[in-house]
Amino acid sequence: MLTALTTVILAPVVVGFGETLWAAFGILPALGHHNFSMLAWQQLFDLPGFATSLRLSLVSGFVATTIAVMLALVGSAWVYHCPKTTSISSRFKPFLKPLLVPILAAPHAAIAIGLAFLIAPSGWFFRALSPWLTGWELPPNWATVQDLWGLSLIFGLVVKELPFLWLVSLVALKQINVSKQLTLAQSMGYSHITAWYKVIVPQLYPLIRLPVLVVLVYSLSTVDMAQILGPNNPPTLALATMRWYNDTNVHLLLPASAAAVCLGLIIIASLAVWEVAGLLVRHVNSALIRSGKRVAKFNLLASTLSAALPITLMAGLLSLLVLAIWSIAWRWSFPAVLPSSWSFNYWLQLLTHWPLALQHSLIMAFMSSGMGLILAVAWLEVQDRFGGHLYRLTLWFIYLPLLVPQIAFLYGLKVGFLRLGLNGSMATVIWAHLLFVFPYVMLSLIDSWRALDQRYLQVACSLGSSYWRRFWRIKLSLLLRPLLLAWAIGIAVSISQYLPTLMIGAGRVESLTTEAVSLASGADRRLVGVYGLLQALVPMLAYALALFLPKIMTLKNTR
Amino acid sequence: MTPYTNHKPPRPLRLLLSVLTLSLLSQFTFATWQQTLNEAQGETVYWHAWGGDVRTNNFITWVGEQTEALYDVKVKQVKLSSTAEAVTQVVAEKAAGQNTNGAVDMIWINGPNFLAMKQQQLLHGPFVSQLPNAKYLDLSPHSAASVDFTEAVAGLEVPWRLARFVFIANSDQVKQPPLSMAQMLTWAQANPGRLTHPVISNFMGTTFLKQALIELTPDPSVLQQPATPQSFATATAPLWRWYDAIKPHLWRAGTSFPENESIQQQMLSDGEVDIAMAFDPAAAAAGIASGLLPNSARVFVPSKGSLGNISFVAIPYNASHTAGATVVANFLLRPETQAHMQNINVLGSFSVLDPTSLNAQQTQAFAALPSSEALPTLPDLGPTLLEPHASWSTQLKQQWSKRYSQ
Amino acid sequence: MSLELQNLSASTPHKVCLFEPVNMVIEKGQIACIMGPSGVGKSTLLNAIGGHLGTGISTGLAITGEVLLNNENITHKAVTQRNIGILFQDPLLFPHLSVGDNLAFGLHASVVGKKQRRAQVEQALEHAQLSGFYHRNPATLSGGQQSRVALMRALLAQPQALLLDEPFSKLDLELRHTMRDFLFTQTQKRNIPVLLVTHDPAEAATVNGPVVVLQPSS
Repeated sequence: MLTALTTVILAPVVVGFGETLWAAFGILPALGHHNFSMLAWQQLFDLPGFATSLRLSLVSGFVATTIAVMLALVGSAWVYHCPKTTSISSRFKPFLKPLLVPILAAPHAAIAIGLAFLIAPSGWFFRALSPWLTGWELPPNWATVQDLWGLSLIFGLVVKELPFLWLVSLVALKQINVSKQLTLAQSMGYSHITAWYKVIVPQLYPLIRLPVLVVLVYSLSTVDMAQILGPNNPPTLALATMRWYNDTNVHLLLPASAAAVCLGLIIIASLAVWEVAGLLVRHVNSALIRSGKRVAKFNLLASTLSAALPITLMAGLLSLLVLAIWSIAWRWSFPAVLPSSWSFNYWLQLLTHWPLALQHSLIMAFMSSGMGLILAVAWLEVQDRFGGHLYRLTLWFIYLPLLVPQIAFLYGLKVGFLRLGLNGSMATVIWAHLLFVFPYVMLSLIDSWRALDQRYLQVACSLGSSYWRRFWRIKLSLLLRPLLLAWAIGIAVSISQYLPTLMIGAGRVESLTTEAVSLASGADRRLVGVYGLLQALVPMLAYALALFLPKIMTLKNTR
Repeated sequence: MTPYTNHKPPRPLRLLLSVLTLSLLSQFTFATWQQTLNEAQGETVYWHAWGGDVRTNNFITWVGEQTEALYDVKVKQVKLSSTAEAVTQVVAEKAAGQNTNGAVDMIWINGPNFLAMKQQQLLHGPFVSQLPNAKYLDLSPHSAASVDFTEAVAGLEVPWRLARFVFIANSDQVKQPPLSMAQMLTWAQANPGRLTHPVISNFMGTTFLKQALIELTPDPSVLQQPATPQSFATATAPLWRWYDAIKPHLWRAGTSFPENESIQQQMLSDGEVDIAMAFDPAAAAAGIASGLLPNSARVFVPSKGSLGNISFVAIPYNASHTAGATVVANFLLRPETQAHMQNINVLGSFSVLDPTSLNAQQTQAFAALPSSEALPTLPDLGPTLLEPHASWSTQLKQQWSKRYSQ
Repeated sequence: MSLELQNLSASTPHKVCLFEPVNMVIEKGQIACIMGPSGVGKSTLLNAIGGHLGTGISTGLAITGEVLLNNENITHKAVTQRNIGILFQDPLLFPHLSVGDNLAFGLHASVVGKKQRRAQVEQALEHAQLSGFYHRNPATLSGGQQSRVALMRALLAQPQALLLDEPFSKLDLELRHTMRDFLFTQTQKRNIPVLLVTHDPAEAATVNGPVVVLQPSS
């Protein structure tokens, strides 16, 4: 059975990737290219600005991921740190998750557009100060967005990815006896933050390692955020690839495919570099731990990060707020702090449009994330019972859709599906969604699954409970939180799929996202506001369910 | 008249031509057209069209309502973020050997995308002359409706809206709009950081360069031929001199550019720049009407004219609903449809029909359309400059990024 | 060195005391015991002494009364400044560190120099009869071995007093006995006051210091 399931996921991936690979080496019969050649690569390397693009991608990817990880770790430390229960920051704690969820659920492009408006020279921040403080009647010619170093892109990535890593950390921390270990370390004289760094972080990081890698991959390959916040002459490699794919000159498909393969390789190399760096940090840390220093000398870093934390969170929330305002604005010009005229026009217009799109989105999201979750559980369980290095190997293929730019992969996938006579049906689109949902579900689940304390199962076994009973009542119940979170991530991934829905669905399966993205290409912030909020709504409900359902269930069971 | 504006044969000759064509074809056309109508009944046409403009989307919805009532043909717009998505779709279908029952029935297309599809033989047709409403078009060989970016249309696509390159300025800031590229330089020097153009890989960015090229190059007629290394070097030398001079005075000193014209217009609205660009003479009026542009936005056109081209619809070779798409294409050419489209409250795009082919009542329908302060009249727009051969834009893009990408 | 509790209790935000206030003095080298049924608040009392009230384990509780260590009032002193070690029911060896590194983590920072520190850790391992276990993964150790490492780790931090929360309840009888001996030897050698909390009267009978029975507040 599992072989069949593997085929369902694996075959399209291999087919899709194969087509791209051929095209990168000059073979694209549909356009009359039949012979193997390296010309596409030559063309790629000769493109002006290739080196800058590459540098931009690497710098923004690594820096953004590093900052987001550090912030998530500091943020989690703060959650477990409560000197006085009455302090302002402690009072804020119960609201943390509800505040993280909207940023997590909102589409990347929506956050990017909101943030761009927030920090642009003509944006909300400067509007609030103009002209009374700055004296500006016209915005200054400053590069606060799309700066040449990619700083605003990095900021945007951190703003969007921090809530994801933070929530994943908080969920993972439930598996570690945090408070007792901290108490212990503190009783030996370790300060809270040092104890966190030396005791909790080394245990936490392995649990969030894969989500971190996902963030790294995303940061390296993002198109929509780079398009809005990144520099564009030249842009990041991912965006440049996208541009070549969309060029009116269809023969650019060849160097575009080479660029896609190149980006895939760069991503794999980056993952390797990140992992090696992780080992080095671990090595250095062991020495640091052995030294027994009670107050480590990273207080400056820690306080910088603690200061950056609320700013980052605030930026994300304000981006959403500003989009919400835009969605009901009519005219809003510089330097007005609020719109000069308002209109519910777009929301009203939507009433006629969105029920069908919403219905499609929901069906696809529930089907693909449900199937993704079942597949992932089956996969992991079979591995637990029968081992099997083969499956572990095939797992790497499953992650391919995350490593190669979507547009490159989808062309091949489309051809593959067409050859199978599949076109434009909802089922085919769900299948395509599954290819992207499954790896995310797998990634968010796998570490928690492996970290499950096997003794519970042994206890249950010794009490004579059957295999299925152990599986349902012990394993799945204990893993309820990560399972639900993986499911919710699956929902969010499915909802956000634009190109797979459009291309595999042949444009016949309209969803919230196909509507939103095509409209957003017109850059009307009011529309982006409406659709962005609408798009965020479904995953938001899923995340809320995933985070608060276990709590409610525990309360019910323990009363 | 300059050599690169539209050549139209003298009116009597044109009349004669169309009468001839009509009398020869009408019998035949009529019979087969009825067949097409019958065949189209009950079909749903999937029209792949850029979906970034709400007014266009609404217009397409309206077209669907009309064709459903008149011919029992439904229209479903597949909203794209880039026309290339539809082209890739058809390329993928061809690669998979799916030569019938394709997913794309009709594409809003022009220029390079059309050229690519034509070269790869991905288009259905020629079919334009079979349309009863083709009689309202000027289809003489060199007319605007017969040439798309110097490429012969060859009956493979149907014109439906007129596009003219225009500048939009905030008239509160720009009292004296620069009416030539030379004036543009002086203006940019006087107003540093207040002018930009979309990225050159974007259609509108290339168009801006082409507009400048036509104005600055010593002999514009060269541009109608494919570019050779020699002709390219000679023709573009003054353009690069001009661009080198203007670049430091652009927004962000020319290191960064808006991704597309919509974003550029948003920057105009935000007050980050004073001049934007559009391919639609009604852009300012439409932008004001939808709240996207300030009330002071006005269109201006270089005094020697601006680039113009026509938006077409084409049918892929493997479309599932060819008959339905043909019916819709024909509907787009109805004078009533074109007048509705030209209404500033609908799209405000100028009609593609030949005014001389219309009868008094039809002409009146156009004359009675509401006007807007921000909407230029046809005479305001001045002469239409012809698009250079497609090879020029490809090389302009390459050369620009070689010179100005870090 | 001595540990003195004066009218010590913990109160909820509504100012309700959890248990009757405790008064006791533990001299250096003495092992005292607090007894009481499960749920009466024994662990809370230990947290109050260790300075962990209001943190993760017992949020929202406040300390009443006073704690004196060597005649210094430490009731409101920061937890990291108190120098009071704590041992839980679980040994809680850090799973990411080897046995030796667990000890090195505990070893006081005043011992500097790689060699010096390593030597002290090896010595502690020897005392715990665990020579050669430096690089072992703590999970591979038996329960008794883990408890010994946990105790040595707490002692290497050079605490001024030691608190034990039902430390041996998970061990079998014989092991409990050996472990108790080990504890007494080690703490007496360091001459510090030890406070042990248990629900087991047999355990309480073995200590050489005062025994107090914790009463739920009326």
